[in-house]
Amino acid sequence: MKWPLVIACFLGMGLTAEATAQDSDKAIVEKGRYLAAASDCAACHSVHGKPEYSGGVSFSLPMGKIYSTNITPDPDHGIGRYTEAQFGQALRQGIRRDGSTLYPAMPFPSYARLTDSDIHALFVYFRDGVKAVPVSAPRNEIPWPLSIRWPLTFWRWAFAPTPHKAITSTAGEFTDPLLARGAYLVEGPAHCGACHSPRAITMQEKALIAHDGSLYLAGGAPVDGWTPPSLRQENRTGLGRWSEEDIVSFLRTGRSNPGSVFGSMTSAVLHGTQKLTDNDLHAIAHYLKSLPPADRTQTPWTYDPTITDQLHKADLSSRGARIYVDRCAACHRTDGKGYPAVFPPLAGNSVMMQSDPVSLVHIVQKGASLPAMTAAPSSITMPAFSHKLTDQQIADVVTFIRHAWGNNASPVSAEDVRQFSKTMPPPDMADDAVSLN
Amino acid sequence: MGRTHVDAVIVGAGWAGSIMAKELTEAGLSVIMLERGPERTTPVEGAYPESIDELRGAVRKRLFQNLSQSTVTIRNTMDQTALPYRQLAAFLPGEGVGGAGLHWSGVHFRVAPEDLRLRSSVIERYGEKFIPEGMNLQDYGVTYEELEPFFDKAEKVFGTSGEAYKVQGKIVGNGNVFSPDRSDNFPLPAMKDTFSASIFRDAAKNAGYHPYALPAANASRQYTNTYGCQMGPCNFCGYCSGYDCYLYSKASPNVNILPALRQDPGFTLIPNAHVLRVDLDSTKTKATGVTYLDTKTRKETSLSADLVILGAFQFNNVHLMLVSGIGKPYDPVSNTGTVGRNFVYQTITSSRVWLPSSTYTNQFVGAGGAGVAIDDFNSMNFDHGPLGFVGGSPVWVNQAGVKPIAAAIGAGGGGTPRWGSAYKNALINTYKHSLGIDAHGSNMAYRDVYLDLDPTWKDVYGQPLLRMTFTWKDNDIRMNQYVVSRIEPIARAMGATKMNLVHLNAGQPFDTRNYQTTHLGGGAIMGDNPQTSALNRYLQSWDVSNVFVIGSNAFPQGMGYNPTGMVAALAYWAAHHIRTTYLKSPGPLVKA
Repeated sequence: MKWPLVIACFLGMGLTAEATAQDSDKAIVEKGRYLAAASDCAACHSVHGKPEYSGGVSFSLPMGKIYSTNITPDPDHGIGRYTEAQFGQALRQGIRRDGSTLYPAMPFPSYARLTDSDIHALFVYFRDGVKAVPVSAPRNEIPWPLSIRWPLTFWRWAFAPTPHKAITSTAGEFTDPLLARGAYLVEGPAHCGACHSPRAITMQEKALIAHDGSLYLAGGAPVDGWTPPSLRQENRTGLGRWSEEDIVSFLRTGRSNPGSVFGSMTSAVLHGTQKLTDNDLHAIAHYLKSLPPADRTQTPWTYDPTITDQLHKADLSSRGARIYVDRCAACHRTDGKGYPAVFPPLAGNSVMMQSDPVSLVHIVQKGASLPAMTAAPSSITMPAFSHKLTDQQIADVVTFIRHAWGNNASPVSAEDVRQFSKTMPPPDMADDAVSLN
Repeated sequence: MGRTHVDAVIVGAGWAGSIMAKELTEAGLSVIMLERGPERTTPVEGAYPESIDELRGAVRKRLFQNLSQSTVTIRNTMDQTALPYRQLAAFLPGEGVGGAGLHWSGVHFRVAPEDLRLRSSVIERYGEKFIPEGMNLQDYGVTYEELEPFFDKAEKVFGTSGEAYKVQGKIVGNGNVFSPDRSDNFPLPAMKDTFSASIFRDAAKNAGYHPYALPAANASRQYTNTYGCQMGPCNFCGYCSGYDCYLYSKASPNVNILPALRQDPGFTLIPNAHVLRVDLDSTKTKATGVTYLDTKTRKETSLSADLVILGAFQFNNVHLMLVSGIGKPYDPVSNTGTVGRNFVYQTITSSRVWLPSSTYTNQFVGAGGAGVAIDDFNSMNFDHGPLGFVGGSPVWVNQAGVKPIAAAIGAGGGGTPRWGSAYKNALINTYKHSLGIDAHGSNMAYRDVYLDLDPTWKDVYGQPLLRMTFTWKDNDIRMNQYVVSRIEPIARAMGATKMNLVHLNAGQPFDTRNYQTTHLGGGAIMGDNPQTSALNRYLQSWDVSNVFVIGSNAFPQGMGYNPTGMVAALAYWAAHHIRTTYLKSPGPLVKA
């Protein structure tokens, strides 16, 4: 049950003081549960098949491997000894109970924006709504001297905002309540910028909020083999042609008319955004639609039927056309328009037009599957082609898709494909966090 | 250690089982569904292009029953000794999650209302003497009007494509003029006619018949069903029957129900679980649960359940009733007992027509459920009086897509060389320029056509095999011959240069070696008399009231239509009465 509903129920009851107190606690737990989903805590702190929030998700960083921690209320292995103040400090400032600094894989520069009341709800939820699990996450595998934590403190001082500054800057950005709510969710708990904003060489996000300028959410560096696209209003590579309803549908079900979720974002929808209320999803969509393009040079995409006409005349002379017809057209059609919300369109699809084709190549190589979502239980799949097509064939077909129907993006070479193979993520079938049915 | 208890245990993860599981979990029951075969999902096993490998699929029977573990024995007549069916041929029972609902073609009919009361209807029109000696002609005990809401419900789950004729009393389109009134239209428009179907449509119309688009659970466009499950649109690739549709466009339990069901915490699916028997209490009037064997570990497990639903394939439901002691086995000599009675099939022959070499039928194009049919010779739609037989056949061009190996094996059809350049020319000519026309007919029930336990042969688990005693009878052979004779003028009007009209011959016995249809029926039929039916009109066992047996086993006769639509409607019908009546007061829903 979503927390606003719980509160509504509670307001309708409240018969005795005792019942009120209990219901109030329950309402706060539910509010915390909702915020934990909005903050996507599970994506990093839960491993499918293991107890919720018991940690152990690995992150490969240039200096070694780190593991997410147990954030269940177990006193020895989890965060059971944290006071609310310490909990808030960890979330918003990246300071552990022992005073050392968290790796900024924990998005505390975004969580800095969380209000005191939301911190309270999260604290109550992680104390009362989550089962304590007495297991420790694996030890981080970072060699000395890189494992020394104190330099992180300098990083924090240099790049992380204070909660006061973060809260006031985000709260002060927009007066329209829907935009303000959207800004709070996107810049704060949902920490979209952690992946979708570019980072400096010192790893801090170059912009943390909309008012920091047009680099905010302008697209990030590859994460786990996927390049997070711009969430701004670029016509070709951003959300310029996505409607608010498209964004809401995408975040609720992982599927929408302009495209379906893939890669690391799948987990964010599965564990996070699909649980948000309609109002909050609309707030997020409304806010994203308000971000002007970072790249203002893009000519608007328009459908070009040249390739479609060729294919309809059985003219397969374009590079990659034959592979496309044999391997792709059954679902994505010779006109590239697909069957929206089931099989995504490739014509005009922003992922096809990214300057960095790594995501597209990886989808072709390893396939992609939509997991069952509450509002869309079907697990629609695209098969993997890495064992069926050579690097040259993949380069050809990806080049075809990037060129056709007005997409006009740059070609891809077999050498590019070979390089991308090295960062190819495992197939979804191997990822037991994704339930396929 | 106590047995695990659930509110309901369901045997078989096909359409019947999945529909019942969905309905019962919706009613708040805890449900375990046991499936003999393996788990099967579209994103894993059904993914393109591996799923359309004809050698693994149609030739090596990927989705079908493993006869090395259990099978049936077959004989034509009671004086013969039955032998095991060791190679899949005449009929192809499915195995694994989805069951026959995963490998079916997708033709999704309702029912001809008069087929539900065929005995009454024949007597009203032609008198009781019209019924041949030895024919166990019976009514279902349920009417079309009663079932209509459940046909409608099933179509909206299956994403059925079709063209209605009459909706709420008003003629709305060019659908089947013989079809009964509908409460609502099809959820999707009809599949497009293939070229073959379109010329059949024209020829049939010119001959004064009433062609209509086959109702198909192949999605004509993308669709999201009642349960939020998504279908992709059919692209006529032809890999329907025998395959798991990689486009998510052929309805199956796997695509249309299980994605939603698997999210329900009250639902558990256990694959590789072969149910050995329904456990009964000492009075044999109450089931206490089921015992199954884990086919991987060979470990036996008993589950305790308040309600047992048999939703396995037709003859497996009958087999389970017989080995468990549910109801009285049928005895053809004394004509008593009910379990095994009225075992029926369908009378189907496929004819082929060749067109001029300037006309391309392109047999590789197709969809399992698409096509054009006429019902002018089906059910009670024509005058049987002068013809002297009961039953009938729809006739159709259902170009379902001929795959390469099948085309090579079929080659030029009857009489052409089996090798060399003449073979190749005939193969090419047939693949490009011919089409099939089927007479998809009914099959009546007879006193000496039945199912029982084989006295000799056992399955790998030590249980007796089910024995089929089946052959063609004069009534059905004459029906088939008459309907096939009606095809000839239509084929000529289509411009046939050559025809191979196939019909049964007088006295011809049932031959297990050639595929005919998997539409087996009866054996545990529904009805209003516990002396002549194993199940009451709610598909509840007359003898063990907490056992419901869902499937084509309930059909008293084999109808001309494909059975899946009727099975789905009966499942929703039974579930409705379980939910609204039985659960409130468990016990017989009809007093015997």
